[in-house]
Amino acid sequence: MSVIVDLLSGLLLLAGAVFSLIGAWGLLRMPDFYTRVHAASVLETLGAGFILLGLMLQAGLTLVTGKLLMIGLLIYFASPTASHALARAAMVRGIKPLLAKSGDPSSKP
Amino acid sequence: MMLAGATLALIVCLVLALLRAALGPTVFDRLQAANTIGTASMMLLALFGFLNGRPEFLDLAITYGLLNIIGVIAVLKFFRQGDLGATGAGGAASAGDEPK
Repeated sequence: MSVIVDLLSGLLLLAGAVFSLIGAWGLLRMPDFYTRVHAASVLETLGAGFILLGLMLQAGLTLVTGKLLMIGLLIYFASPTASHALARAAMVRGIKPLLAKSGDPSSKP
Repeated sequence: MMLAGATLALIVCLVLALLRAALGPTVFDRLQAANTIGTASMMLLALFGFLNGRPEFLDLAITYGLLNIIGVIAVLKFFRQGDLGATGAGGAASAGDEPK
């Protein structure tokens, strides 16, 4: 039983690490501010969520799991709020999203 | 074993976000990088506590999260209105100005 829980926790931690790396790589690599916000959201929802789930499985049913749950709730309410405020402030400031050029077929999605 | 792997991955994430904060053309890129660094360091604190067998580090992670959201919103308000004590009225009118 303990082996299964350890294996599951390791898989969840691996998934969280992979999603965190994808999000951070996208944050560095994406061409535009709004796409960077989108990439960073991957780290803040999937990466943090999977890592917290993996740690919860390791901790068992203790006070530590309650603290991890509080961290998860904090991230799930605070980081979309921060992303929304950032994107809205950038829109008000007049930063334009990067769009495809109309005459260039290679830049169409 | 996976704890150490996830810790290493998060350290790499911190380096990448730090590069974006150093490169970022606009202030919003830097703020997004700061937000990402805050979230990643919360996870790093939690993982480090488990790695050392001392989950008391989770309290520090909660404090980091609270400071992170307050910091991002406060700096955003400063850059939108140029004044932390502004009431919010007329914020859109002066949104194009640089902070004083």
